[in-house]
Amino acid sequence: MEKLINEFSIGLFFWQLVLFIGLVLLLRKFAWKPILDAVEKREDGIKDALDAAENAKLEMQNLQADNEKLLKEARAEREEMLKEAREMKNKMIEDAKTEASESAAKLVAQAQASIESEKKAAIADLKSQVANLSVEIAEKVVRTELSNKDKQLQLVETMLAEKSLK
Amino acid sequence: MITTFSFAKEEKHEGEGDIKTEIKEYINHHLLDSHDFSLTSYTNGAGEHKYIGFPLPVILWDNGLKIFSSSKFHHGESVAEVNGEYYTLFHNKVYKTDAAGTINLDDDHHPTNIKPIDFSITKNVFTIFLVGLLMFVMFSRMAKKYKTGSIPRGMGRFLEPIILYIRDDIAVPNIGEKKYKRYMPYLLTVFFFIWIINLLGLTPLGVNVTNNIAVTLALALITYFLTTFTANKNYWGHIFWMPGVPTPMKIILAPIELLGTIIKPFSLMIRLYANITAGHIVLMSIIGLMFIFKNWIGSSLSFGLAFALSLLELLVAALQAYIFTMLSALYFGSAVEEHHEDH
Amino acid sequence: MTIPNIVGAGLIVIGAGLGIGKIGGSAMDAIARQPEASGKIQTAMLIAAALIEGIGFAALFAA
Repeated sequence: MEKLINEFSIGLFFWQLVLFIGLVLLLRKFAWKPILDAVEKREDGIKDALDAAENAKLEMQNLQADNEKLLKEARAEREEMLKEAREMKNKMIEDAKTEASESAAKLVAQAQASIESEKKAAIADLKSQVANLSVEIAEKVVRTELSNKDKQLQLVETMLAEKSLK
Repeated sequence: MITTFSFAKEEKHEGEGDIKTEIKEYINHHLLDSHDFSLTSYTNGAGEHKYIGFPLPVILWDNGLKIFSSSKFHHGESVAEVNGEYYTLFHNKVYKTDAAGTINLDDDHHPTNIKPIDFSITKNVFTIFLVGLLMFVMFSRMAKKYKTGSIPRGMGRFLEPIILYIRDDIAVPNIGEKKYKRYMPYLLTVFFFIWIINLLGLTPLGVNVTNNIAVTLALALITYFLTTFTANKNYWGHIFWMPGVPTPMKIILAPIELLGTIIKPFSLMIRLYANITAGHIVLMSIIGLMFIFKNWIGSSLSFGLAFALSLLELLVAALQAYIFTMLSALYFGSAVEEHHEDH
Repeated sequence: MTIPNIVGAGLIVIGAGLGIGKIGGSAMDAIARQPEASGKIQTAMLIAAALIEGIGFAALFAA
């Protein structure tokens, strides 16, 4: 300890203190500050770049997910549309079928009705013709067979019998 | 080491002296500061000591400022006369004396002459200045290169990882993310300063700055003042009124803690000084062994040992710089630590 | 240096050596157990060793 105190030099202490503090101040201004700032700036830059890359990656992933979603939606929509179209087609066919059968039934009914009415008209016509014919026949018969009284009667009877058959 | 060889030459010239005492003196001499920058010395044919080196200014405060060149001392061989006052060197220290250069010694062989306050630019001050200049040129140039591009070039490639290491592994973990920036200039400067100056101490220049207690005291004192003046309320609270212990204990702990704040920089000072001094003493003793053995086995063995120790000292040079910086950061960290509720 | 001083210095060196050795050994164990924490362990080890060293030197100068 005594040796240390003996060795102690105030001059050296003074100069070391002055020179060192001067060195710290000078270096702070001209070296450490610019160096540390530059390094920090660079590190920030690298960090930003990395962040940006990460963000871009995330965005890309999002985009891909979006695309996939869109694609899925589109597919689903197409499916839906196809389904709808198919249903529509089926319905249309069904509709057309029922309509057709309805109209066919209607036509048939109409045809039947007209056939019926035609038949009725024809029967009426036939009846009137038969009446006319029978009147004519009767006239003829009357003309020819008027001489023969028996025959006349016979004829009338047969004719009547025939008539009542109808 | 050149100086050591030169000593050997001297030794041969002077014939069979007591080599061991000579080595001891030489080591002591090497560990001391000196008033001139001499790289080596030899004795010429005429028996004169010749020194290779240059003198440095001597600045004394003795009833006024006295500045003169150390060449006036002739390496302690003559008395310097300045404005009617006489000064001489005794064991590398300046003493006031008379025209004949008398040094009065007391019983313990300590001179009783008046010692003027010595602000000389000694070898160590010169080296400190040189290292400061070197660091300034090196780092300001490095800083300039960052202006043109963000990637370090040249010297920066080697220095930047070290700067980043100090920031990320010393400052940030110990001081904290928020407050480390304030201490960075000091931590960086002290690390590089100690490292470079320790390395210079291993070169054959024979400069040996960090084994001066004055230098390490100055460094430790700056750490101490930085810690004390930037400390927050929480730090002082822990010293004077330790939370979470009973009141009588608080009273006992306060002086201990207060003493602790002084012991911390004191240990910083002693550690750096002692490590470097011990390293130099051991290294030079082993180099000295080469000349004591005077046979090729012992000498080559001690040469190998000296070589291995030099490598170890290279590590110690960086390690001591690291530890000084690390512990400084630790003390700063404790000074600015925020209060934690979980105490 | 007197003999008691030398003996004291020797004792200090033994004590400090044992202490630092123990710290180093424990740190090795810890690193072997948790190699990923080696950085932190090294730092803590150096600090602890430096503190012992400081006390050791202080005692050496006192001796």
